[in-house]
Amino acid sequence: MPGWLPVLACLTTGLALLPLFYLVLRTTDYPAEDFYQAVFSPRSARLASTSLALTGAVTALCLIIGVGLATLVTRTTIPLRRTLAVLAALPLAVPSYVAAFGWQSMNGIISPGTTFEGFTAATVVITSVTYPYVYLPAVAALLRVNPAQEEASRSLGRGPVRTFFSVTVRQAAPAFTSGGLLCAIYVIADFGAVSILRVDTFTRAVFTSFSMGFDRLGGIALSSVLLVMTALVLLVEGRLRRTSTRYATLGHSASSPPLRLSLGGWTAPALLLAWAVVVTSLAVPGTALAYWSYRGVSVPGSLAEVATAFGNSLWVAALAAAATTLLAVPLAVYIARRPSILSRGLERLAYLAHSLPGVVIGLSVVMLGISVLPGLYQTTWLLVLAYCTLMLPLALGPAVAAALSAPPELEEATRALGKSSVVAYIRITLPLMAPGIGSGFLLVMLTVIKELPATLMLRPTGFDTLATRLWTYTGNESFAAAAPFAVLLVLLAAVPAWLMMSRMLKEAP
Amino acid sequence: MSRTSRAALAATAAAALLITACGNDDNGTTNGGDDGVDDAGAESIVLYSGRNEELIQPLIDQFEEESGLEVEVRYGDTAELAAQILEEGENTPADVFLAQDAGALGAIAQGGLFADLDQGILDRVPEIYRDNGDGWVGLSGRLRTLIYNTELVEESELPDSVEELTEPEYEGRVGVAPTNASFQAFVTAFRVAEGEDAAEQWLQDMVDNDPQYRERNGPMVSDVLDGSLEMGLVNHYYLYAQAAERGVEPEELPAANHLFGEGDLGALMNVTGAGVFDAENTAALDLVEYFLSDQGQEYFVEETAEYAMVEGFDAPGGLPALEDLDVPDIDLNQLDDLETTIEMITQAGMAG
Repeated sequence: MPGWLPVLACLTTGLALLPLFYLVLRTTDYPAEDFYQAVFSPRSARLASTSLALTGAVTALCLIIGVGLATLVTRTTIPLRRTLAVLAALPLAVPSYVAAFGWQSMNGIISPGTTFEGFTAATVVITSVTYPYVYLPAVAALLRVNPAQEEASRSLGRGPVRTFFSVTVRQAAPAFTSGGLLCAIYVIADFGAVSILRVDTFTRAVFTSFSMGFDRLGGIALSSVLLVMTALVLLVEGRLRRTSTRYATLGHSASSPPLRLSLGGWTAPALLLAWAVVVTSLAVPGTALAYWSYRGVSVPGSLAEVATAFGNSLWVAALAAAATTLLAVPLAVYIARRPSILSRGLERLAYLAHSLPGVVIGLSVVMLGISVLPGLYQTTWLLVLAYCTLMLPLALGPAVAAALSAPPELEEATRALGKSSVVAYIRITLPLMAPGIGSGFLLVMLTVIKELPATLMLRPTGFDTLATRLWTYTGNESFAAAAPFAVLLVLLAAVPAWLMMSRMLKEAP
Repeated sequence: MSRTSRAALAATAAAALLITACGNDDNGTTNGGDDGVDDAGAESIVLYSGRNEELIQPLIDQFEEESGLEVEVRYGDTAELAAQILEEGENTPADVFLAQDAGALGAIAQGGLFADLDQGILDRVPEIYRDNGDGWVGLSGRLRTLIYNTELVEESELPDSVEELTEPEYEGRVGVAPTNASFQAFVTAFRVAEGEDAAEQWLQDMVDNDPQYRERNGPMVSDVLDGSLEMGLVNHYYLYAQAAERGVEPEELPAANHLFGEGDLGALMNVTGAGVFDAENTAALDLVEYFLSDQGQEYFVEETAEYAMVEGFDAPGGLPALEDLDVPDIDLNQLDDLETTIEMITQAGMAG
């Protein structure tokens, strides 16, 4: 184990999480008394319990749906298996605010006079767009589970169903929990859906603190509670897994095809249920968008405006994905090759930053930019830095999984042949990690395309993406003008989701 | 990864980068750089706008054409831009801040960041619609009204005063948007005019009367239009915006604005306004002056259905003129204490 790796990992992670450190630094400006008053109040307790309940409900549902769908498409002979497999990944491309708007408009169309809001509504809407966080790693893990062990179990007289639960699920469980972790953190940080559906969660209170009171430090103080909640979730997740096996490899193939069950009489109900989930998640926002375009008369400025926004979205998303994966790789190798307090600590920090709302990271980058890096303020570079801070775990997860599956013996052999450790990593480990790094790249890209609050705050003046355009037009009730941007945004974000999924299926034996 | 899929992925990535690189070039040339002066040497200013691009950009385009100045506009949410400006402090790249509500302008003025405006600009606008510290000036007005569904509610059922909405006959029928800045401005005005206790009592009585909560004014007006809500406290212009989006005249919609009269607090006029950060920046002052010119004021009346802040202009369709309005006598500068209001709204159980 070379000494430069921890140093490099600390440097890259430190760079990516610079805004987080700066945020903590700034929070110390806040008077302790006010801090306690804001954080330890009955209101805080109420909001925190709502947040935790929502997190629990959504995560549980996502686990059921994600694992269920993944099992159907990898372990059964259900008809239209591949089509279902790809479509089931796509709801990840729908931003939660678009989904919430879509469900609300659909409710208005189907049963005018009623409202669609509250805890249950939010649970349904958020689940419909976050279950792929479980589904994707679950598919990868289920494709990878070594069939030899399952065959052994079968030959010892266990039935296919019992074998699945005792052998298969156990091997893939770390992937399920890591997906569940991403879901949980997503719910903690989500603002779009809960604000539209009027559920009072902690994140909403953080935003309210900014937008109602111009109380910047108060909002930041409140977001420390989000960090505590995430730490709790990380603790729970840590208990559920064995450290070294958390990550599913995306795109690593087993030696022989997995066993597939025939569903027999259960085929029809399984088909119905699976397609109902996928079609509902995609069709509700889709139909609402179509309805907006049909009903309204507003139109987007011009084709050039749409094209520019599309190009800008693609450009910053690709740039952010490249930067985030670049910064994540050293840490990924470090975590995989030397699980230590330091490496695990850095990893936890990355997840903590992921749970902060975009506006909080955005504002901390404003502080950082204006006082430390004025030359970069309101340039693409600081915007990309904010994306790195927000998205690091998305790039980290698949990269660690890939690093874990690359045998360290190869590096050792290379070094034994007299090559330096740098050469060993670059020539041997990196190529083996490529599929995982690629998955992380796509996941970051997809998420950046959907991101709004940090983008609004940090973009270069006059720089518009699909998300900011959507914000402009919906802010003025011009839903018909907004619709093409929403459609393009979802389609653009669907490409990485589709690429990830189809690649996994292609590589499956 | 198979050879073909890797090649496909590489090709896609290359194509994506190529396309985006081109897209970015386009953007660079159309929007200019980040620096204050562009290549042609024309003077340029930076405007932070909390007003929606669709509502204000056409007027800015006109200004650019007439003045030869270039305006780089940074659009955002009014409150978030205010937070950003307060964070940027003296180093803010902004030359002008255009805000949706007086509260945000008050917060910046209180932070000591606005420079004084010329007396000539200030004098265009009645004193009640500007900062008494000369930091900002109102540009257009938004009247608080009670929008109601004309098929569900008889005119005789409508209250004379906003305070009557706590009575039993309105139980469960009235929409409010407690997290909306205009509603908060109204509650703040209530506190200023009638005292803290009265405001607290009214909010409590409202909550007990089971109002219908909405996140924003837009959805509230949509719900009144489709009949899922009978009436709601909003700003006057949402009705006009909805009519425009549906391609009809406001009178054709099954809803109307009910005005509270006789200085009732329910008829508060909140303003959008602007301030500058450097008194020496004549281009910035020119822009504010342009907003208050006849052309600027006419634009607000005709395009956004708001009230002009300069007297003598027509009111938006069907509403009484500015001079004839009986708005409550409230100093808008006093509306910057939103924190107490928010605490009160939260305590009453209206918002998280």
